[in-house]
Amino acid sequence: MQESVGTKGLIFNEPLLWEKGSKGRSGFSLPRRDVDSFPVDEELCGDGPDFPDLGETDVVRHFTRLSQWNFSVDSGMYPLGSCTMKYNPKTNERQAALPGFGGAHPLLPAELSQGVLQIMYELERYLGEITGLPAVTLQPAAGAHGELTGMLIFYAYHQSKGSKRSKIIIPDTAHGTNPASATLCGYKSIPVKSDENGVLAPADVAAVMDDDTAGIMVTNPNTLGLFEDNIQEVSKIVHDHGGLVYADGANMNAVMGIVNMADSGVDVLHLNLHKTFATPHGGGGPGSGPVCVTPELERFLPSPRVIEKDGKYRLSEDYPDSVGKIHAFYGNFGVQIKAYAYIRTMGAANLKKASQLAVLNANYIKAALKDTYYLPYNRPCMHECVFNDKFLSDFKVSTLDVAKRLMEYGFHPPTVYFPLVVAGAIMIEPTETECKQDIDMFIDAMKAIAREARENPELLHEAPTTPKVRRLDEITAARKPCLSG
Amino acid sequence: MKEINELTFPDDLRYTKDHEWARLEKDHVRIGISDYAQDQLGDIVFVELPQVGDEFEKGDEFGIVESVKAASEMYLPISGTIAMINAALEPNPEIVNNSPYDEGWMMLIKPDDPAELDALMDKAAYLEMLKGNES
Amino acid sequence: MRYLPHTQEEIAAMLQTAGIADLDDLFANVPKECRRSAPLNLPEPLTEWELNDHVGALADRNATAPDYKVYLGAGSYDHFIPASVSFLLGRGEFSTAYTPYQPEISQGTLHAIYEYQSLVCRLLGMDVANASMYDGASGLAEALLMALRITRKTKVAVSRAIHPLYRRVVQTYLTPTGYEIIELPYLENGRTDLSSIENRDDLAAVAVQSPNFFGCIEDLQSISDTVHSTPKRLLVTSFSEPLAYGLLKSPGMLGADIACGEGQSFGIPRSFGGPGLGMFAVKKAYMRKMPGRLIGQTKDIDGNRGFVLTLAAREQHIRREKATSNICSNQGLCATNAVMYMASLGGTGIRELARLNHDKAHYLQNELDKAGFAAPFASPFFNEFVVRFPDNFEKTYNQLIAKKIVAGLPLASYYPELADHYLLCATETASREDLDNLVKEVRSCKNQ
Repeated sequence: MQESVGTKGLIFNEPLLWEKGSKGRSGFSLPRRDVDSFPVDEELCGDGPDFPDLGETDVVRHFTRLSQWNFSVDSGMYPLGSCTMKYNPKTNERQAALPGFGGAHPLLPAELSQGVLQIMYELERYLGEITGLPAVTLQPAAGAHGELTGMLIFYAYHQSKGSKRSKIIIPDTAHGTNPASATLCGYKSIPVKSDENGVLAPADVAAVMDDDTAGIMVTNPNTLGLFEDNIQEVSKIVHDHGGLVYADGANMNAVMGIVNMADSGVDVLHLNLHKTFATPHGGGGPGSGPVCVTPELERFLPSPRVIEKDGKYRLSEDYPDSVGKIHAFYGNFGVQIKAYAYIRTMGAANLKKASQLAVLNANYIKAALKDTYYLPYNRPCMHECVFNDKFLSDFKVSTLDVAKRLMEYGFHPPTVYFPLVVAGAIMIEPTETECKQDIDMFIDAMKAIAREARENPELLHEAPTTPKVRRLDEITAARKPCLSG
Repeated sequence: MKEINELTFPDDLRYTKDHEWARLEKDHVRIGISDYAQDQLGDIVFVELPQVGDEFEKGDEFGIVESVKAASEMYLPISGTIAMINAALEPNPEIVNNSPYDEGWMMLIKPDDPAELDALMDKAAYLEMLKGNES
Repeated sequence: MRYLPHTQEEIAAMLQTAGIADLDDLFANVPKECRRSAPLNLPEPLTEWELNDHVGALADRNATAPDYKVYLGAGSYDHFIPASVSFLLGRGEFSTAYTPYQPEISQGTLHAIYEYQSLVCRLLGMDVANASMYDGASGLAEALLMALRITRKTKVAVSRAIHPLYRRVVQTYLTPTGYEIIELPYLENGRTDLSSIENRDDLAAVAVQSPNFFGCIEDLQSISDTVHSTPKRLLVTSFSEPLAYGLLKSPGMLGADIACGEGQSFGIPRSFGGPGLGMFAVKKAYMRKMPGRLIGQTKDIDGNRGFVLTLAAREQHIRREKATSNICSNQGLCATNAVMYMASLGGTGIRELARLNHDKAHYLQNELDKAGFAAPFASPFFNEFVVRFPDNFEKTYNQLIAKKIVAGLPLASYYPELADHYLLCATETASREDLDNLVKEVRSCKNQ
């Protein structure tokens, strides 16, 4: 086994911003005053916010030190299931930071925004081609925002048919965002259990689908990392009752260039550009959640939409059936540029190859660890595989302990305790950008931890000891919330 | 989490399938959650209760108990009007973990019809239900 | 392909371990009918250098400073961004991390967002700020939904002087819920007219924006008095230019129950309208009803200070269909961006910068007024204001565009009654020379 990358680093202490600085110090080059002062209405004026005054060096050291307390894709393997933590190419950052994009005002006349509009127009077409659902909106700012957009489209579609349906079918493996998004549109979530193979059984869907049900929300591949192989039959049942099929495309990274979502019966699908299309997650955003739909549903997409005529682009509001606007402007354009650059760099063959390798990496890990960790669904997986802590419970070691110990080996832990249908789940998504050597080190670390669980469980209970802080008291944090200082 | 035989269930209470308990005290009914419920939730971090004077039907959701990783709605075992709530729970929700039947009570209700209590489970029936859930 | 590290030999070895014949065989479970037979129809891949040329050419096809002088605000503001902020934000440890689910190795993000929450509270005079919403518009929609949940009423009143695009987003969010939106007109002075709702007790919330879309500073104190004269009515204050609170009394101080708006001004490039930053803050009583993530301070088992995601029982991953919102990913890096910017400005700097914005805009308005272009709304303003240009100014506007000047935002498409009215913005980035030139150009067109 190679030496693990996990070690103690040189970690600095750093106080909160307002615990440092001195009144009158500045980290900002104030522009020259070349106009006179105009009187202000004293009634309206306050004292200004009580911000600490810091120098530029203070600010740079502060945030540099903070950054060193973070694990990131740039630091190491981050196999967080369902999050697709693939490498974020640096050239994409360069493109998005070009002054011609960064400085673009969203309400400029179209003739002054041709470059921006062309990128949006072309990106929509690329995403339409990749999913098989040709009509696309880029407005949603994140995956859950895309789900809401999808549910608004469901609502508008049924309304156009003169009906107002009240329910929606959601499998028990779904992300919590699915039922929460459906609730925003007034739909009551009807849960369906996955079968013994970890996928939806058509009979179970048929049992709950009726004429008051707007449709179904399916994640495919699902959160167990399995392809919903009955998807066509399920779609047919839903369609036969006049419902629509929504696909949560969070796991699209498994099937680019391989599956045509329209052929599997999907009507509406959201993508996460910050997962599949390699834009960085930013410690929780900004993401981007484009929604792709069938030609039949195009008229309901949010407006305005980018249109092209004779090589000229403009924004059109001429969509009377549109669900409306879901973002003040056009979504997270700065993120869209990065996805555009990624697709232009990859091309068709490499996108397909990326999906193949993402699935290969997951199956390789599954095969290598299946005798060490319990595998609740022992089937060929897609881009992620789900284990649990069943083999370790005799030693009073839990999934959480494994996750914390993994940090000391220099890896970000997998997603834990999700999906909820697997108790103590350990959900591993390596992504295609991890090489065999790094994956082998991860596998070795997981095996070493399983060994330690039997021989020296205290190591796991005490972990982690190497990061800036150790396990934190989340109970007191929630009982006596301290949310600002 | 504990085994069922490690938990306590007083004889003088009535229980619901959602794990609330109810105790008739003269013309009021005291409400709380069972030892089983607090154990399942783990460390309770917040209890949301209705306001005094609010009126509820039997089966209405009247509040929420939250732990760090879970939240559970509470349903009223009996119709009536809220007469008093346990104000100690807001600053110290852990009381529910430490003393679910005594200091960790949730509220007092003025019942519309005290006979509704008869429809709830007694200790034996509740234990039987819990054991059924286990298997 | 430089992002795909596998060699042929490694692929072969991995397939063997996995017991799979070839790469196609990995997808044996996918039904044939769902599978593609033809390759994706996408452009040929570009090298890094070809991509630079291609995207660079597209970037050059947008009107930006310094070539263009753009006097547009309306929810997206031109402010200087220190190199130190852009540099820090580029650190991969911040940008390539996920949501901080594992706090021990995410303290950088958690600490920074806790500071963001704290400075937002200080800026807005509120008790609790969340870790961000998508933007000012969706934040306003969520604030109104929150007020509807808290009060269990079914109507909200929304000022017509709120950004028209924010109002469209609110409309979209509320359409399937069946809740009713009552529009409040604006007065002759550009401020909101509350007279129609003074004693209405069926309103969950009254929403205004200050400075409002016309740039006018609303009298939040008197609005608050009116709104709160009837019980269980929440005052929601929106904003699109948070820099104004470097100078003005905060909404919290004046009685806002929920303050929410767009934080793009704080060091975030305009980037054609996104990513921006939805700032969202509430009074303590509503803490557990608010949407979005919250970071809290706590201690580790050795007693050291640390930060965690907290009050998660409100959120979708625990409450599912009963969550306070469906939001999951937010605008985390933009919040980090904003706290870096606020830290760079400091309390002294934000006041001076706000004052400078105020003065630049007043200089421009004053010069336009002297040139005979009146400001129709008499209310005080911060860094943007409405001007009534002569009839059929559109031709002039287009002539100025040919001279690389964008003379504000025409309001007619948002407010049909405001034909020939333009919303102009001047920030610290506009020099006096630029402003004088704008006035000169506008005047010379007038004289044609």
